[in-house]
Amino acid sequence: MDLSRFTAQHPPPAPPPCTRLRWRNSALHSSAIENHTEIQGKSLTVTRTSGEQFAELIKTPRADNAVLHGPRCPAVRGTLCLTGHHLIFSSRRKEGGEELWLLHANIDCVEKRFVGSLGTIVIKCKDLRIIQLDIPGMEECLNIASSIEALSTLDSITLMYPFFYRPMFEVVEDGWRSYLPEQEFELLSSVTDEWRLSCANKDFSVCPTYPPVVIIPKCIDDEALRKVAVFRYGGRFPVLSYYHKKNGMVMMRSSQPLTGTNGRRCKEDEKLINATLRPGKRGYIIDTRSLNVAQQARAKGGGFEQEVYYPQWRRIHKCIERFNILQESLIKLVEACNDQSHNMDRWLSKLEASNWLTHIKEILTAACLAAQCIDREGASVLVHGSDGTDSTLQVTSLAQIILDPRCRTIRGFEALVVREWLQAGHPFQLRCAQSAYSNTKQKWEAPVFLLFLDCVWQILRQFPCSFEFNEQFLIMLFEHAYASQFGTFLGNNENERSKLKLTQKTMSLWSWVNRSEELARFKNPLFEANSLVIWPSVAPQSLQLWEGVFLRWNRPSKFLDEAQEEVLNIINYNRELQAKVNALRRQLAELETDDRMQENLTDSTPVRAPWLRGSVDLNENPLLPS
Amino acid sequence: MEHIRTTKVEQVKLLDRFSTSNKSLTGTLYLTATHLLFIDSSRRETWILHHHIAAVEKLPLTTSGCPLVIQCKNFRIVHFVVPRERDCHDVYNSLLQLSRTAKYEELYAFSYNPKQNESEQVKGWQLIDLAEEYKRMGVPNDYWQLSDANRDYKICETYPRDLYVPRTASKPIIVGSSKFRSKGRFPVLSYYHKDKKAAICRCSQPLSGFSARCLEDEHMLQAISKANPSNRYMYVMDTRPKLNAMANRAAGKGYENEDNYSNIRFQFVGIENIHVMRSSLQKLLEVSGTKGLSVNDFLSGLESSGWLRHIKAVLDAAVFLVKAIAVESASVLVHCSDGWDRTSQVCSLGALLLDSYYRTIKGFMVLIEKDWISFGHKFSDRCCQLDGDPKEISPVFTQFLESVWNLMEQFPQAFEYNEAFLLQIHEHVHSCQFGNFLGNCQKEREELKLKEKTYSLWPFLLDEQKKYQNPLYSPDFSPELTLLEPNTVSFNFKFWRNMYHQFDRSMHPRQSVYDLIMNMSEQNKQLEKDIKELEAKIKQKNGQPDAVILKEHQQSAHPAPVALKTPPCFKKEQPLIPVNDAVRTIEGSNTADNRYSEFMEEFSKAEPAVVSLEYGVARMTC
Repeated sequence: MDLSRFTAQHPPPAPPPCTRLRWRNSALHSSAIENHTEIQGKSLTVTRTSGEQFAELIKTPRADNAVLHGPRCPAVRGTLCLTGHHLIFSSRRKEGGEELWLLHANIDCVEKRFVGSLGTIVIKCKDLRIIQLDIPGMEECLNIASSIEALSTLDSITLMYPFFYRPMFEVVEDGWRSYLPEQEFELLSSVTDEWRLSCANKDFSVCPTYPPVVIIPKCIDDEALRKVAVFRYGGRFPVLSYYHKKNGMVMMRSSQPLTGTNGRRCKEDEKLINATLRPGKRGYIIDTRSLNVAQQARAKGGGFEQEVYYPQWRRIHKCIERFNILQESLIKLVEACNDQSHNMDRWLSKLEASNWLTHIKEILTAACLAAQCIDREGASVLVHGSDGTDSTLQVTSLAQIILDPRCRTIRGFEALVVREWLQAGHPFQLRCAQSAYSNTKQKWEAPVFLLFLDCVWQILRQFPCSFEFNEQFLIMLFEHAYASQFGTFLGNNENERSKLKLTQKTMSLWSWVNRSEELARFKNPLFEANSLVIWPSVAPQSLQLWEGVFLRWNRPSKFLDEAQEEVLNIINYNRELQAKVNALRRQLAELETDDRMQENLTDSTPVRAPWLRGSVDLNENPLLPS
Repeated sequence: MEHIRTTKVEQVKLLDRFSTSNKSLTGTLYLTATHLLFIDSSRRETWILHHHIAAVEKLPLTTSGCPLVIQCKNFRIVHFVVPRERDCHDVYNSLLQLSRTAKYEELYAFSYNPKQNESEQVKGWQLIDLAEEYKRMGVPNDYWQLSDANRDYKICETYPRDLYVPRTASKPIIVGSSKFRSKGRFPVLSYYHKDKKAAICRCSQPLSGFSARCLEDEHMLQAISKANPSNRYMYVMDTRPKLNAMANRAAGKGYENEDNYSNIRFQFVGIENIHVMRSSLQKLLEVSGTKGLSVNDFLSGLESSGWLRHIKAVLDAAVFLVKAIAVESASVLVHCSDGWDRTSQVCSLGALLLDSYYRTIKGFMVLIEKDWISFGHKFSDRCCQLDGDPKEISPVFTQFLESVWNLMEQFPQAFEYNEAFLLQIHEHVHSCQFGNFLGNCQKEREELKLKEKTYSLWPFLLDEQKKYQNPLYSPDFSPELTLLEPNTVSFNFKFWRNMYHQFDRSMHPRQSVYDLIMNMSEQNKQLEKDIKELEAKIKQKNGQPDAVILKEHQQSAHPAPVALKTPPCFKKEQPLIPVNDAVRTIEGSNTADNRYSEFMEEFSKAEPAVVSLEYGVARMTC
């Protein structure tokens, strides 16, 4: 049987005091959940303070006698309330306090229909759950539906929940300051002095989508850097993405060069990337577009590095799909997963038609290739597609997970997300605006980050002991990337984030996650640091549908959860026993030492070191390696 | 031995099955009387039992030699390149002879000697006692009795001697009914549900043609329904697709006419026949064996093979049966055409869902002995033990194991045994190393004197049962688990990689949570023992009438381990447990195992000496 999913899953979080409804929006954070009177108090204040903005949107703030149908739960009758940022449903039951808190931002799509005067609203969420609300009264129902629609599609970022959210926990560590580029550079400069921090972009004038400080080769001055930026799409000049300590090889990322049809070149660009090569060595450029697409890009002013000007580099094209193709893929996949009536042939053909696993394979393959060039070929690598904000980041971040054990720890992974996704300018706001149920299909929406997480999950499944985090951690990141009370995933790049003053006005996700109470839920009990490079299998037989995300709301998981608990019990019991054996052994040794001392006092035979006998005795213990 | 033309060929290459660059190991090929053995340059051995060989194929000569592809019944596929064509030809011909056995007596089981003495051999065969099993179910009782009608295999050659029938079914009824059933396989008891007083019965199709009826057979069914005091209606499940059953009518066979039988509910459940299953598996293997397979080709191949659809159909049928018994307390009569393929699948899976005993290691053996071996599933024909009609080969039993595996995936704590147990049984169904699965029915087995001349598999599996125990098994953690209610929605069925790619290591997860937990729970038992020993030793020490020590001890023992000071001899925590080596084997892996790109094949340099690479996998112990 396949147990790998259990590692990934987690000890179910300690049930909140009122647990019968488990579908609380996890975007609501748990200390708040555990004290829901306080939450209600707070959300009331929120409604008051932001009342002006939202009051006109909420025509009917409350509906009694509504019925909620959640996934895999019996229908519950209760009261529905709308606040500026939440849809709240509390059951009638006085005791037990069954409640559903749903962040409006988590709502992907609202559908309504009527049977007589009974209206039904179907709410499809970005975390893929579907809930249904029956609301008596046509007018109330219409009002509520339109309010939800309006509140879930607010135009202004500053009206979003993170700007109103006040944490109910003590902030021990400010997540906004947890992973600064300066700290990353410090780590780097302890092993090499060939790189420097450049502040050329401190006012975002060189590259609007890069962070203010970036790491570039030491021999390149800021002036040259500006010239390179002009030569690269969106100003995204090559920067350091990863330094492989084992052999000093590096991975850089950028956007496509603007060679155009007449084959422009830029000496500074050549100099910059050549600076990363050892004398006489070749490097690899991994272009995440097919050769065809790359060639077509020249007509629009883009292009690719030409052999004549980059003789030391070998270009490899590894096509990874982008934008609406990915969004379509997600929509099809979720549609297939949500229909339980499919017969086997239909299910398999829908799974195939979604192409989701094909994308997973493509991305993983490209990442493995990059890692292989670095680790096995001892060559430096430059990765780019066209913009350098999507497939490029998938490849560079996954390659690091394969190569660098640090990225498989919780903090290391968080640092990776900050470095390779947030600071690197993956446009989260655009890409994660809608999820699988969106009707308004916009070109810029794409589950690029979800695909990345899925790829990480695939590797985690194949190396279930090599990751400090579990599947729940990845699912949590997926949820927060789409809807969150934290400011971390707001905005499209550091430039926008600094304009929004997120660090002052919102809370960082990491401030919450990195508290020991939360971390406990995300830790993989089987983790054993593995300093090796981990090469995943990308054979189709080795890839699996990520059930924790895509079938999460569609199948009962009771037996799987219980089995997971049993796994935990065995591990914990093992630890307990080991500790006890150690304690007893020490105790025994102590007793024996005392024996010896006694003997030595009374006996005048030549003294043998007491600990010698002690350890000999211990070696007889069957537990110790002989 | 006379078939072996050459016993040893050197400089043979073993190709990686999925590599596009013809990565290979070089070594020596040996042929023995029972096995083919390949030893590569790093002394790693690959043993292939001749009986496991399903097909040998010689491919056209290449520059590097003569390729020889061997496909095994356990889904191992090896691809050799023999430098000289003559050698290849010799090996090929030898293997053709060796893998095709004409007589049972030439099978490995008759020469296999596990160094058991005679009484052990006899005891081994007595391990599974079906009379005992029927007693456990609660028969004979007021409604069911043991019939001696088939004592001498007179009524039905392919049934066992001991059969349980309703008390009201007299011998003339039995005889009459058997004459109306294909191959004489009249309705008999397969499983009795004590609480519901309902029975699973099995038989073959009636010889009804378009209009024939048989009063005795009608009485027989009535006797079965009357033997159930809880519900006088019974279900008759024809496990075939309706079309097939109707076609059979033209040949004088067919299915029960509801009008002729009182109180029956007739139902088709649509499992395809052995021929469809055979070609389905063939397609599946073709797809999964493709080099450089894309995800879409894999999924569409999986779909067009129909394999998972068939597995789902089998489980759906079992679920239908179980509902009839558990919900309606109705007895069910199951048949297909001859009642030894689909009927065995559905009856045994139904019993497995109903009765947690069959989810124990011993119980599973009993289930296989009862519903498969004793009721005459034609193992010899279906697994091609002897050189025979290729149209008789069919993976019916493999499908049963796969259905069980699917249940294990859904109910990880409900089974005492694990996947390795299923794989091992599958291995031996085809190995012909033990007597259990030889032959097509009990009569044949008795004639072959298997119990004297061969050994039973089960005691060997029991001996190494530690390997087959599910560490998560919890026999009574949930009362509702007596009855398993699997969800047969399509997405719950997955490709069984560990069966069809069990020898393709590069496709498997590099670290197995399952193995880890298995070792850990094993280790826990050892630790518990050690704690007892240590405590005893400490107690003994404390028993010494030495006041000082006693005082010392109280100090250290009572304020809990936390208060323990580290004695001078322990500068560091003692490393715990050699078992750890096994438990904590951390693996990286080898890029060469995985084909990321054709381009990669250019990277043919030696592996850098980062980690010691063994079997293409880096091992590190911590």
